[in-house]
Amino acid sequence: MAVQTVKMVITGPYASGKTEFIRSISEIDVVSTDTKVSEGTYEATVKDQTTVAMDFGRITIDDDLVLYLFGTPGQRRFDFMWEILAEGMLGFVVMVDSTKPETFREAKSILETFRAYAPTPYVVAANKQDLEDAWPAEDLRIALRIDDNVKLLPCVAKDKEKVKVVLLELLYSILEEMDN
Amino acid sequence: MARPRQLKGTLQDLHTTQLLHLINLAKKTGTLHIYEGVPTGREVIMGDGETRRPELQIGEERARVAFREGKLIYARLASQSDHLATVLHRAGKLNDVQHNIILNKAPRASDKALALLLINANYVSQADIIQSVQRYTLEIVYDLANWTKEPFIFEEGEQPPPDKITVPIDLENVIIEMIRRDSRDKMLLEALPNLDFALRFPESPAEKFAKGKVQLSVDEWRVVSFINGRNTIRQIAKACNMTEMGIRQIVYGLLSAGLVELVKPTAPDASKLGRRPGQVGGNMPQRPVIDKLINRIKSL
Repeated sequence: MAVQTVKMVITGPYASGKTEFIRSISEIDVVSTDTKVSEGTYEATVKDQTTVAMDFGRITIDDDLVLYLFGTPGQRRFDFMWEILAEGMLGFVVMVDSTKPETFREAKSILETFRAYAPTPYVVAANKQDLEDAWPAEDLRIALRIDDNVKLLPCVAKDKEKVKVVLLELLYSILEEMDN
Repeated sequence: MARPRQLKGTLQDLHTTQLLHLINLAKKTGTLHIYEGVPTGREVIMGDGETRRPELQIGEERARVAFREGKLIYARLASQSDHLATVLHRAGKLNDVQHNIILNKAPRASDKALALLLINANYVSQADIIQSVQRYTLEIVYDLANWTKEPFIFEEGEQPPPDKITVPIDLENVIIEMIRRDSRDKMLLEALPNLDFALRFPESPAEKFAKGKVQLSVDEWRVVSFINGRNTIRQIAKACNMTEMGIRQIVYGLLSAGLVELVKPTAPDASKLGRRPGQVGGNMPQRPVIDKLINRIKSL
């Protein structure tokens, strides 16, 4: 019998923590298409690697079922990959760097773009909540104008337990949608 | 995890009206400090990973605005005196001679003590003081709408000095007035790109529209009268004989003040789409599959 595969997409602005999120939960080393950020540039002070096509993680559920996690590239010039990655997704997570208001507008734009790709459930993860300058999740909800019925979850992408909560909440949303 | 006591950002990322909207909705108490932006010589990468702009660090404070439970209560500009005598003088309640005498004789008098003195001496009435302070506060806040790049810090819980006279002002009307004054088409297009959304009232509209609580213009009332959860913004504009930018300006003001909400079109029925979400191969997984995923992730 063929193995059934399902996928979730992890999206969000540049340097919002998508790769870290997948790395925290994936059972395999994340298959990244990262490229080294040029030394001496400002990007190098933000992060030393950036995703140019996608990140790929896997969670084996049982002998018959595998969950794939796809992370989208953060830079707009690779947004042609988004629709390809969105095809057939079970749902998606929008990562927001809670410490960088300059990325909030982009996060909202990405959220709306993915909603337009597919009518699947999604959650918003307010990442980097462990940092001092992080905006509280409920303030982010207002700043990003996210409806009250959308789950906005505090997150620390390098913390596996927090990542589990985000994925579980997305799955609960999918179940709720099935029940409706 | 301790909740942060500060919200930091720049007015380039969150316009003053967006900040007021946040403070109003979250009923925040605290003080918004706005600073001169001093270039660091470095660049900030925006969320698209490509656009850059000069990084600004906090310089001298230029303005501070205080709020209590979501209401505006106090504002001052660093470049202006907020001494009560000066506030009353600007409002025309004190003449030049009276103003100079007070500043010379009581330069350090607290505003509250000075207010009592002036009322008892029949120089001004209590209503004069309240109106003048309110007007002064609003002038500053409306001016902030024109600031577009300064760094800010919102300090939760911080309140003005106790000797200052504070007058609570509902932010809904302030936001609407700021939008009225702000005719920047770009922002409106960005905020409301799609006129095919309908509008509806939020929960408990009677409370929000209570007599005297909001002051809408004739055009705003005309728009409000067509809101029923089904009429699109475009249809309302046609009925009211308004331009697209005209209706955008009014609807954005009403949205920002929390008086109306957008009704977004419901997502298309997945079963009617060419492909179904969920499975790499094609078919939507069944409930047992989702249950398996939940149990597995819980066990990780």
